[in-house]
Amino acid sequence: MKFFRLLWSGLMRKKLRTVLTILSILVAFVLFAYLSAIHTGFSIGVELAGQDRLITRHKVSLIQLLPEAHQEEIQRIEGVESVIHMTWFGGTYQKPSNFFAQMPTDPEPFLDMFPEYIIDDEERRSWLETRTGAMVGSKLAERFGWKVGDRVPIDSQLWGQKDGNRVWEFDIVAVYDGAESGTDTTQFFFRYDYFDEARGFGDGLVGWYTVRIKDPGRAAEIARAIDAQFANSPNETKTEPEGAFIQGFANQMGNIGLILTLIVGAVFFTILLVTANTMAYTVRERTSELAVLKAIGFTDRGVLGLVLGESFMLSVIGGGIGLALGWFMVSLGDPSGGALPSFYIPGRNYLIAAALIVALALAAGSLPALEAKRLQIADALRR
Amino acid sequence: MNAAVQPERQHHQETLVRVGNVDKVFHRGSEEIHVLGGLDLEVPQGDFLALMGPSGSGKSTLLNLIGGLDKPSQGTVEVGGQDIGRLSGRRLAAWRARHVGLVFQFYNLLPVLTAQQNVELPLLLTSLSRKERKSHAATALEIVGLGHRAGHYPRQLSGGEQQRTGIARAVVSDPTLLLCDEPTGDLDRKSGDEILDLLQALNRQHGKTIIMVTHDVHAAAQASRTLHLVKGKLSMEPEQ
Repeated sequence: MKFFRLLWSGLMRKKLRTVLTILSILVAFVLFAYLSAIHTGFSIGVELAGQDRLITRHKVSLIQLLPEAHQEEIQRIEGVESVIHMTWFGGTYQKPSNFFAQMPTDPEPFLDMFPEYIIDDEERRSWLETRTGAMVGSKLAERFGWKVGDRVPIDSQLWGQKDGNRVWEFDIVAVYDGAESGTDTTQFFFRYDYFDEARGFGDGLVGWYTVRIKDPGRAAEIARAIDAQFANSPNETKTEPEGAFIQGFANQMGNIGLILTLIVGAVFFTILLVTANTMAYTVRERTSELAVLKAIGFTDRGVLGLVLGESFMLSVIGGGIGLALGWFMVSLGDPSGGALPSFYIPGRNYLIAAALIVALALAAGSLPALEAKRLQIADALRR
Repeated sequence: MNAAVQPERQHHQETLVRVGNVDKVFHRGSEEIHVLGGLDLEVPQGDFLALMGPSGSGKSTLLNLIGGLDKPSQGTVEVGGQDIGRLSGRRLAAWRARHVGLVFQFYNLLPVLTAQQNVELPLLLTSLSRKERKSHAATALEIVGLGHRAGHYPRQLSGGEQQRTGIARAVVSDPTLLLCDEPTGDLDRKSGDEILDLLQALNRQHGKTIIMVTHDVHAAAQASRTLHLVKGKLSMEPEQ
């Protein structure tokens, strides 16, 4: 601590340059924090996907439907514990930008399949009793101000009713919470029987199956068995773990993780150059002062430590404030207004940020620090 | 005389600095520049020695060798019986911190630190507490007559005051030897005289051994004795 003032005074020598460098680092870490939260929004489903759940969809593509009759055949395959089906509804609420996931399903087996969606017994009973009932996630309900008892119209771009009307009416009977902080609570589930009877086409067809297996260690084997069951039929299937399915779904928008990594990488590379430049100037301008410090007894390593210390201070101040600001911005809510299933900075990303702070300090400060360490006192004092 | 640099009036005193047959060669590309050649010098404890000589004669180089800021190409430099050429870099730095106080022509204060903080710098390398460091620095500033300017930054001090601060920094850790490189070279006569008076007081009242490099005959006259560096060797007489 006794060297703190010396370190601080080194940084305060050129206040404007130091402040601008800190601001550059700060912006990089705000970006890192914010993009981390966005990335989490896209990837959390993959991380929280059930290890014991498989998804069976049409082999050609997700938009091709499968016969409802597949359910019984899948159920009979050895190692399968339970099967449910869902279908992409593709609706919006009030305006096209109010987009979120809606899916018809069979309530009772659905709730057994997804224990991470938590509702109370009364809501469960109500959903089973109400044909037009819908169970919505708490985040979705908060986004649109919905509550149990509300009747909401959903305009489907894919599914019209038998009378041609594309606007479907639902009664909100349950609002579910997630068992974990990252559980997706932005979805809207409603009853398949209501959907199947009212839809204008596609009777008996469903989007995909979610299959729970008894032994996650046999996932690959069972997936092959399911696909073999429907091989050479008009409706061949592709079965994969739930995590891979969700990842594939997210990748329809592009590899978000890679895009964000490239953005953050480019920003940090630029910041590294800015910080290294600042540190290089800091040492070059103070050659004689560093020589004086050595002359009065500071060791070569001591001077190296001082320069690295300044680099750490720059990095820690900029990175720390940047992370705090990023955390604050993330706490204000996601930029899509609630469309992302989750929006937070995972704990491990704080550790990554801490590692980045250290790496930035070392990368930016090492060369100038070595230059300071090698400084010959007599030569430097003559300059 | 090369070897004729034994002080005549201080035979009874213990030798603090002993420079033996020192050469110093600088390399500029393929060119070798011999600055000091076979130089011998003895400086007794409590001496105030002025080193004079024309520019490039090697005065500052000799001072740097005695202060452990540079190493001789050949020969030995002993201070207090310690052959400082044998010390490792780390031990040499520790030795400098303990035994040598340096005063520079251009003060070399850190502009972002106050006078008090500049004087405290050498004490950061000791085990003294913050309170003790402050107390020692305040005392050193009092000795040089700058107690009232402790909180001022170098830019707020005159040249003479900055040099006094530099001297306070040099003596704050109570070193054995004070090495001054043109301490009045950047000052007007009045301020220069004040600095010389201060150095004399440190020598006479506090017993500090001082070696001072100077161009100025008037400054050299304040020392106990003067030696001249002529063509890399020491002489009692200036270059003719």
